[in-house]
Amino acid sequence: MAVEPAASATATAVATAAARPAQKPVQGAFSGAALRADFPAFDTPTHLGKRLVYLDAAASAPKPRAVIDALADTYAHHYANVHRGIYELSEDATGRFEAARRKVAGFIGAPSAREVVFVRNATEAINLVAYSWGRTNVGRGDHILSTQLEHHANIVPWQQLAREVGATLDYVEITDDGRLDMDDLRRKLEARPKLVAVSQVSNALGTISPVAEVVELAHAVGALVLVDGAQSAPHMPVDVTALGCDFFALSGHKMLGPSGIGALWGRRELLDGMPPFMTGGSMIIKVTLDGAEWNEVPYKFEAGTPAIAEAIGLGAAIDYLEALGMDRVREHERYLVEHAWAALGEIPGVWRLGPADPELHAGVISLVLEGIHPHDVATVFDHEGIAVRAGHHCAQPVMLRYDIPATTRASFYVYNDLDDIAALTDAVRSCQQLFNA
Amino acid sequence: MDNLYRDFILEHYRNPHNKGVLDPHDLHFADSNPTCGDEMSMTLRLDEARQRVTDVAFDGRGCAISQASASILTDELRGKTLDEITALDPKDVLEELGVPIGPARLKCALLGYKVLQGAVSGGEVAWPEEAEAAP
Repeated sequence: MAVEPAASATATAVATAAARPAQKPVQGAFSGAALRADFPAFDTPTHLGKRLVYLDAAASAPKPRAVIDALADTYAHHYANVHRGIYELSEDATGRFEAARRKVAGFIGAPSAREVVFVRNATEAINLVAYSWGRTNVGRGDHILSTQLEHHANIVPWQQLAREVGATLDYVEITDDGRLDMDDLRRKLEARPKLVAVSQVSNALGTISPVAEVVELAHAVGALVLVDGAQSAPHMPVDVTALGCDFFALSGHKMLGPSGIGALWGRRELLDGMPPFMTGGSMIIKVTLDGAEWNEVPYKFEAGTPAIAEAIGLGAAIDYLEALGMDRVREHERYLVEHAWAALGEIPGVWRLGPADPELHAGVISLVLEGIHPHDVATVFDHEGIAVRAGHHCAQPVMLRYDIPATTRASFYVYNDLDDIAALTDAVRSCQQLFNA
Repeated sequence: MDNLYRDFILEHYRNPHNKGVLDPHDLHFADSNPTCGDEMSMTLRLDEARQRVTDVAFDGRGCAISQASASILTDELRGKTLDEITALDPKDVLEELGVPIGPARLKCALLGYKVLQGAVSGGEVAWPEEAEAAP
């Protein structure tokens, strides 16, 4: 019995939010303020009694009630192990779990849900490819190409692979305004790498990279392309078929879903040819004391009991985002980033990183306040109720590129609006007053 | 905010005491805060018996909390024996700072202490338990 989990309830919740009278004219594609009512995290004032201004979606996003309810409802009424029990409850859980897989496939334009592997997060998805595909297909003297723009999750697994098999790892350089240097990409593709590992959106700078073009250039020299979609899948329409990439990694917790669930999409023939990553229960067809036969994809890569309720919760997050429309989500953030970029640019002593063109800039703005350490900035912001990330954002090569130890990063999502941007610029000014007085 | 960034913290940040590198020196150590990558070094001079600190300096860039904490800590060190420094309690360092330090900033506040203990013991020491709540 495969029941679509709570899809209608979620759609209703979103419809209600959209229909709620906005306090002021809608800013962007929809009213961020109205959507905040869907997120219980905004019900509670911060520790100093301020309204929570959450500008850290790039680290992890808060959860709408529909996702929290889907988790609770699964555990309360639909929970059993999946793919095992010959009883109604297990069949119910399996149906909901597999329905979530189909939602992920539909969300990223995958040709088949069979090509979607549930993992913990994008980091695990990339590690799966590095261990399983990498150790089978990359050998001594081979090349792998990553970029200077990557999160550590799309660097360190390739460093480990290169070290183990004796391959060479190189990085595409970035321009002063944080874009991939496409000429450098072309040059480095001449080494004919086996794989290009590139993020669609930079978590540190917000740069939207021309991934379809990267794929075209990489395929022309016979390289496969893994796209780190941890920062793109939550914020813009993604179509892996149109991108033409070979692997795509995403994290559920950054797209309003639960933590502990993510997905790897890979082309079927690649997944079929890859050995298992983790081994154990579920991923086998037959085990004797002498050996085992692997299950078909995606189950071959899902050893042990998966994050069942979390996968179903991710499905609810996808329902929520699709009810808003990913085009409108992107339009909303483009609007916010354009306003924030302009407003911050009016403040002397503020250095904005990344591309100035909002078309190339996802809802992430990395800032440096001259003479003030990002940790101090974040603490001052915290006292104003504003949650931002301060640090190297797990992208130390980006920090090295600009010779800075860290930045203060504000990142936007559907529940943000111009009031949040005003709170951000006010806090920048009070921070400067405190430290530069 | 007014609690954390009191005037004397900001004063130590803007005009840190004992900032720089002693050359020559008897002890030297450098370490970093993994949360933000800030690096700090410390150099110390000892008396002839190599028992007591005669001079100390710290160097590096960092946030107001780490810089003020190192500035205040190094003010206390001249005339202390190495044994007395080893016996310093990180709780006293936090108390000396005199402002409430949240879990996310404990490593900032104790970076100077960690570098000092590294210099005295001749190698990297673990973060004190007090800093373990920090991310």
